[in-house]
Amino acid sequence: MDLFEYQARDLFESHGVAVLGGAVAYTPEEAQVAAEKMGGRVVVKAQVKVGGRGKAGGVKLAESASDAREKAAAILGMDIKGHTVTKVMIAQAAPIEAEYYLAILLDRANRNFLVMASVAGGMEIEEVAAKTPEKLARVGIDPNVGISKAKAREIVLAGQFPSDVVDQVVEVLLKLWAAFVSEDATLMEINPLVKTSDGKVIALDGKVTLDESAEFRHPDHEALIDHAAANPLEAAAKAKNLNYVKLDGQVGIIGNGAGLVMSTLDVVAYAGEKYGVKPANFLDIGGGASAQVMADGLGIILGDADVRSVFVNVFGGITACDAVANGIVQALSMLGDKATKPIVVRLDGNNVLEGRRILNEAAHPLIQQLDTMDGAAARAAELAAK
Amino acid sequence: MAIFINENTKVLVQGMTGSEGTKHTARMIQSGTKIVGGVTPGKGGQSVEIAGLTLPVFNNVSEAVATTGANASVVFVPPKFAKAAVIDAIDAKLPLVVVITEGIPVHDSAAFYAYAALKGTTRLVGPNCPGLISPGKSNIGIIPADITGPGRIGLVSKSGTLTYQMMYELRDFGFSTAVGIGGDPIIGTTHIDCLRAFQDDPDTDAIVMIGEIGGDAEERAAAFIAEYVTKPVVGYVAGFTAPEGKTMGHAGAIVSGSSGTAAAKQSALEAVGVKVGKTPSEAAQLMRTILNKNKD
Repeated sequence: MDLFEYQARDLFESHGVAVLGGAVAYTPEEAQVAAEKMGGRVVVKAQVKVGGRGKAGGVKLAESASDAREKAAAILGMDIKGHTVTKVMIAQAAPIEAEYYLAILLDRANRNFLVMASVAGGMEIEEVAAKTPEKLARVGIDPNVGISKAKAREIVLAGQFPSDVVDQVVEVLLKLWAAFVSEDATLMEINPLVKTSDGKVIALDGKVTLDESAEFRHPDHEALIDHAAANPLEAAAKAKNLNYVKLDGQVGIIGNGAGLVMSTLDVVAYAGEKYGVKPANFLDIGGGASAQVMADGLGIILGDADVRSVFVNVFGGITACDAVANGIVQALSMLGDKATKPIVVRLDGNNVLEGRRILNEAAHPLIQQLDTMDGAAARAAELAAK
Repeated sequence: MAIFINENTKVLVQGMTGSEGTKHTARMIQSGTKIVGGVTPGKGGQSVEIAGLTLPVFNNVSEAVATTGANASVVFVPPKFAKAAVIDAIDAKLPLVVVITEGIPVHDSAAFYAYAALKGTTRLVGPNCPGLISPGKSNIGIIPADITGPGRIGLVSKSGTLTYQMMYELRDFGFSTAVGIGGDPIIGTTHIDCLRAFQDDPDTDAIVMIGEIGGDAEERAAAFIAEYVTKPVVGYVAGFTAPEGKTMGHAGAIVSGSSGTAAAKQSALEAVGVKVGKTPSEAAQLMRTILNKNKD
């Protein structure tokens, strides 16, 4: 789960990382009130989970509270790379003398954690890494050892931080590491980490990604979920514990296992080129495809107004195909008149003959069976074109 | 021969007394795996009947190893307790630990992976994987044993159901070993580990490698193939149509910006001579062509 900047700011603050005052506002009026409380000049920053908002005009300096209201009015509702701005952060303005970069992240390739530190902050770190790699310190961290004060100092020195800020940056790194571990984060990035004209080191902007698999030990993370932004179908699927991602096509997809479903999307996309149709969603019903799970899944997909046909693609491994077939038949009777789109089914694997027999016997007018994944994908695409 | 496991592998089931553990213990026994006992902290000293065998339950892996001579374990323990279970197995110096559990926090996986690397005596497979099978010899995990029999293809895949699909497509040839390495961001055994083992295995003639979006494991595997693998390799990558920034089922399956795309993985593999299928059936067909040529 990616956090908004204001959520990252609050999280940093709660772990003792130095930040400036900041408050979230959903309306120009709220922005004005927040700016008044803060006093002086403020920065109005669009809250979107996408980079490049500065260039898009989503960050503006405001001279006064009324100016903050005007700037917020201009920014709220903006579209930044497909993300509509529904909230802004009102942040204290600070006289900046230097911009640095500091991040801790999961390093998949090396299977540990990685600290990246650089005096070249304020720009995309990929750019720093590409153009001036010598200005970017990259230090691997053993998860069972962590970052000691000595290690932190070694990293900060490798990042070529000027001597007058070294102690403060070491302190920030130690607190960031403590936050990274205790919050089960996979990314905590401060960019820029700034030195103000009075010599203080402060986290000015941050990105945080939290591990959703660790939610069981962080009940407080629930409050960070952006329910407003979730697609209504995705929200409904999540409520039923389904692994669903809405896409922008016309062929609804249900399958078992993440890899097989991804593969199904691809096969449908290839088959759909001819008909101008694409997959409408990703939906993995997992191992135990009970009638209820199948009904929930079909219910979500048939509730998608864009869907014109459905492709159920199951390889029975642990799941037996007869159970899946029974699930489909029962799901259709549970859905009754709500089921109106043709459903192409391809079953293979464990107990496939019995599964196919059950579907043949049910002879439901919406169901068509095909023997291969490619053939079924082609049929589903063809039906969606009509 | 086979990689990582064979007919002499003696397997402990960690979490055997849970419902998933019991169910899959029965399946493993039925497919010929030598299951020698289970580990459930607090239930040591009991025994359970599964698939006609009376299996002892131990409080920890070291006790279990001392009594049974086990040299592998398979972990069905829920995410909350998985880290402790894996650490227990590493402490007992088990050569092979297969972690089936899905949904383990990545900080926990990172910790037990680092611990295994430090100790240097345990190979981890997974987490969030279907396990591995050498048909007719041993089956550790949840891969169905009846899809196909022994043969000379080696298979390595991040995905469980795509493993099954590919085994099914090539069922008339059979497999030396099929390894599901798992779809999490941190996994113990990689594509590269399996490619190396298959290259070194005299009973494997050709290799199928299945990848998916996210990370750069396939790109690194391609570089490894160029320097080490001389056996024919056929590839398949899932997720060409996956949108950026969305996790597709597996925790690690996500395209971030321009990195982790299926297209990048495909071109990295093709650049080192791997034939990559657009679909699972096309990949199977490519492998079929190679093996039929070998026959002539």
